[in-house]
Amino acid sequence: MLNIKDVSLTFNEDTPDEKKALQGIDLELNKGEFVTVIGSNGAGKSTLMNVVSGSLHPDVGDVFINDQNVVHLPEYKRSKMIGRVFQDPMAGTAPTMTIEENLAMAYARNKKRRLVPGVTKKRKDYFREYLESLNLGLEDRLNAKVGLLSGGERQALSLLMATFTEPHILLLDEHTAALDPSRAELITEITADVVGKFELTTMMVTHNMQQALDLGDRLFMMDKGEIIFDVKGEEKQNLTIKNLLDEFQRIRGKQIESDRAVLG
Amino acid sequence: MFIALFGAVESGVIYAIMALGVYLSFRVLDFPDLTVDGSFVTGAGITGVLIVNGTPPVLATLIGALAGFIAGCITGILHTAGKINALLSGILMMIALYSINLRFMGQPTVSLLNESTLVSQIESLWASTGIDSALNGMLNVFELDRVPTTWAILIMMAILTLAIKFLLDYFLKTEIGLAIRATGDNQKMIRSLSANTNFLIIIGIGLSNGLVALSGALIGQHGGFANLNMGIGMIVIGLASVIIGEALFGKKTITRVTLAVIGGAIIYRVVVTVALRVDYLSIQSSDLKLITAILVIAALVTPKILQARKDKKRRQAKRAALMEQQKESEASA
Repeated sequence: MLNIKDVSLTFNEDTPDEKKALQGIDLELNKGEFVTVIGSNGAGKSTLMNVVSGSLHPDVGDVFINDQNVVHLPEYKRSKMIGRVFQDPMAGTAPTMTIEENLAMAYARNKKRRLVPGVTKKRKDYFREYLESLNLGLEDRLNAKVGLLSGGERQALSLLMATFTEPHILLLDEHTAALDPSRAELITEITADVVGKFELTTMMVTHNMQQALDLGDRLFMMDKGEIIFDVKGEEKQNLTIKNLLDEFQRIRGKQIESDRAVLG
Repeated sequence: MFIALFGAVESGVIYAIMALGVYLSFRVLDFPDLTVDGSFVTGAGITGVLIVNGTPPVLATLIGALAGFIAGCITGILHTAGKINALLSGILMMIALYSINLRFMGQPTVSLLNESTLVSQIESLWASTGIDSALNGMLNVFELDRVPTTWAILIMMAILTLAIKFLLDYFLKTEIGLAIRATGDNQKMIRSLSANTNFLIIIGIGLSNGLVALSGALIGQHGGFANLNMGIGMIVIGLASVIIGEALFGKKTITRVTLAVIGGAIIYRVVVTVALRVDYLSIQSSDLKLITAILVIAALVTPKILQARKDKKRRQAKRAALMEQQKESEASA
């Protein structure tokens, strides 16, 4: 489903600030696979996501989605196949527009936008049905401006907007990191729900190791632009935070630097 | 005075089309587009020259509007493909249009006084209906010295402006329209929902300037001339209309704002007319730009001051009520 072949990307090449963000990344995700990605700050997790989504273009290497090479496609064309939720709860929705208008824009994602009304009676019923699954009461506030919602509600809405057209790939970039613990838990639950329901091929970046262990059926650990640890299936289910830390020490010969990565 | 006010409302209705264009760029796309000063003249100038050369007025007006659309698209391309700052790309296009307009017009002023224009055609068609005498008959109640010579322009232009308003309302609720609004609201988000924001900005700024040029074409035919300098300060007049309209009539929904913008454009014209006619103020027409600037500043600042004052009063009232309660409980204890 998602196939990344030998992708490298260096920022500020040949300057003192040179940073090898990705170094020869190779990976293959099968349909329905849910991988969580961990690593300390600057390990290249977000860069990897951005290379898949098209907001960054790699120096070399190819990205295949459904066996189609998308590495030269601009971001907006790839988004037909990719659903995304960002870390900032404000980033995934348009605040001055209503809930139903936001949903209508997401609904049109994998279609050609036309000069027909975005919100119709039929679509409203459809939106309402999906919103009910969130259990946040948003289905009764279709005409409310999204800017009036709380961060948690907005993030839940973003998640719904990213998934309900069943994209080929779902990218979650620390999408619970900016929320308080109870809201983060709610979003985590909803994430597990929708990913399971639509069997979405998903890549989730997180700083929270427990979350990385709880969710998904595969796990990548990244460091210095490389995937240093890739585990799936039963082995992944039996992992603990201590295993992860030991594994990092074994591979890199030192401890993980970021406290945030450990405690977060 | 009545005739002057009548004239103010009449031109206000035509300027409202320009204000709707400014609303589209300034508010919907959040793009402060200064192309307006140039594209207004483009509309008036090209339409004027075409009419003088014998093009049917309706066709000439449409071509004028199309020219504005193209000018706007170029501003959009400068900003998106050229990655030039929004304000600067508008200024560059405005300056370029000054020369381009003069090229088209051949001379700084094109007179339409003896030509058959859209306005004169509407008037002559209208004259045969006899609606004027009926409407003026109703005005007799007020015992005015003079009555308007024709209601044709006011009524027909009001119908046109409202038609454009409803089309714009509809457009902004279509799938493409929603994407344009989101482009002005949260570009990152709508790009992640597979919208080509560059294309939407180009189309949006194009449409905005198409409306501005249409308004210019009609104002030119209404006034009987097109002048190279008639667009100076047009963007500020457009902003004034949008901001005054929003402040007075509210901005809750799209339908409401577009109506408010039309109202703002008419009120702006009325205020200017009244200011010019109050003798003891001795305001000259050259002072109008200053008045416009002051109007915009007032419309921007006043609502905030009023809101701050309202909030302060509310807090004070709550505080006073709380003190009162404490005193009472102390007294009873």
